[in-house]
Amino acid sequence: MIETGANGSETINRFETFEHEADIGIRGFGKTMGEAFGNTALALYSVMVNINEVKQREKKTLVASAPDIELLLVEWLNSLLSLSDIERIVFSKFEVAIEGLSLRGTAWGESLDRVRHEPKVEVKGATYHMLSVKRESGTYVAQCVVDV
Amino acid sequence: MLSVLCLLLATSCLPKTIMDPKSFHKINDYLWEIPRQGEMRVPGRIFASEKLILEMDEKVREQVTNVSLLPGIQTASMAMPDAHWGYGFPIGGVAAFDPDEGGIISMGGVGFDISCGVRTIKTGMTHDEIMPRLETLVDHLFNRVPAGVGSEGLIKLSSGQIDDMLLGGAVWAIKQGYGEKRDLEYIEEHGKVEGAEPDHVSETAKKRQYREMGTLGSGNHYLELQVVSDIYDEQAALAMGLRRKDVVITIHCGSRGLGHQIGTDYLKSLATAVTRFKLPIRDRELASAPINSPEGQNYFGAMSAGINCALANRQIITHLVREIFTEVFPESRISMLYDISHNTCKVETHIIDGKKKKLYIHRKGATRAFGPGQIDLPQEYRHIGQPVLIGGTMGTSSYILAGTEEGMIRTFGSACHGAGRAMSRTQAKHKWQGREVIRMLEAEGVMVRGHSYQGIAEEAPESYKDVDEVVEAAHQAGLARKVVKVKPIACVKG
Repeated sequence: MIETGANGSETINRFETFEHEADIGIRGFGKTMGEAFGNTALALYSVMVNINEVKQREKKTLVASAPDIELLLVEWLNSLLSLSDIERIVFSKFEVAIEGLSLRGTAWGESLDRVRHEPKVEVKGATYHMLSVKRESGTYVAQCVVDV
Repeated sequence: MLSVLCLLLATSCLPKTIMDPKSFHKINDYLWEIPRQGEMRVPGRIFASEKLILEMDEKVREQVTNVSLLPGIQTASMAMPDAHWGYGFPIGGVAAFDPDEGGIISMGGVGFDISCGVRTIKTGMTHDEIMPRLETLVDHLFNRVPAGVGSEGLIKLSSGQIDDMLLGGAVWAIKQGYGEKRDLEYIEEHGKVEGAEPDHVSETAKKRQYREMGTLGSGNHYLELQVVSDIYDEQAALAMGLRRKDVVITIHCGSRGLGHQIGTDYLKSLATAVTRFKLPIRDRELASAPINSPEGQNYFGAMSAGINCALANRQIITHLVREIFTEVFPESRISMLYDISHNTCKVETHIIDGKKKKLYIHRKGATRAFGPGQIDLPQEYRHIGQPVLIGGTMGTSSYILAGTEEGMIRTFGSACHGAGRAMSRTQAKHKWQGREVIRMLEAEGVMVRGHSYQGIAEEAPESYKDVDEVVEAAHQAGLARKVVKVKPIACVKG
């Protein structure tokens, strides 16, 4: 697993989950904002399934826009959740290109396998809670709490 | 040693500042007030024991205060004994708004899982009668009631059929053959709320529901077999048809993908409305609009449709449970005890300063708890008050209470909804293994079937507040009075 605990560790991680009283926080890192958004999506799917078991057989493209960059993160994550729910698909690889307040995201994954993917918990939605997108010493960090 | 270390590690990571009881005006042992100050329109009121206050996150106070600023709020911004840090409203938050005083409606006061709720069903059987075939029954329930990530219901609804379901709720479900007409008497608003507007529910939301009708979901949702262990109020228990050792079934689930999508859609549109109407909002999770505005009315119509979806969903699951139960125990007599909803905004008439007012009551992680005499209650409960079903956790007890006159006055007829989490999911997951939790529970006489070991670990009994303490606080605060306690004997988790 790439996932780390909330106390963090010395190694550089692509994403992590963090604690929230009733739900769970997701956080993605990247050299670009797009990479951070993609890694936040990885964190999202790590809450739902064992992403190491999700093969990249199918490719989906999504576009999203929002009034500000933080809301764009929520919009991106919620669009993925809707797509996953409707098409019964889960993802394990993402590429996101951000231009201004719009993004074009590509997600790779496959149909949900209720045994192999070791499902954990459904995510009801990405929230505005502890929502932030910022740059810290050269690394972009994107995060929010998801309602499970 | 290792587990102690894990616990210390986990505890040190919890971003929780505990509330200081001294910072409240203590009205009595079970009511703590945040006096009205600054921009607050009304005071904040937390109904809890000192022990529960001491365990609450400081954020609860902040969120109760934020809600007190909202236009049109009546009497007080309230939090129930199980309150914890939520989105916008605290979970366990209750607030009433008057449309004629510029009152608002807020997505933050309802949440993503619209009308998530609890339904308890009587079986007509006792603990001793059920034990010989308990395992067969539980296996059937586990295999046949769709639950867990990616589960699919047996009923697939086309777009037009979905609209009928959103208008009709449990009434629709019964017309389709899922259940008996008399079930409806034992559901709030007789199985469907008025005001649902399927046109304001997005196509995405409807598509998300296509495969999810009649599914339980995951997380804290469950189906549990329980035995009446203690009776506190003989008369009320009698009216509810409960005796010691009776077996009941409790279902906890909500409006599934459709409700979640309505939440997602309107969080966005109401956040925009906040700017348009220049609402005094400190936290954007309190996404709101005036009730008397197109945005507010659209949300009310969609959210009401979401409530009906949850009622239909629980009705379909009830039907499945009834079929399975009758198959395994042909001698059983399945009948409804009651169905309550947690995450709702409902139009109700309440008395404020001696005047009858039509108010929009938000209950976020709180349940309606109508007192005696209310017309919405079935005849046999009208003298005792509404059954208030309070879920514990897998290993601990749950309670059935009854609404009170006092609750009608103090909290617009509202009470707490469950134990409420005390420990984060991450902490729970680090502390326990799913298999270990199952073994522990089986040793205590609770059979557990789950679709995810991690899910079970996250729902470990000790990760919740002490339900006994929460229920005692609700009882002592006069929000609802204890009728019976039920103990789980089997639990199916999503």
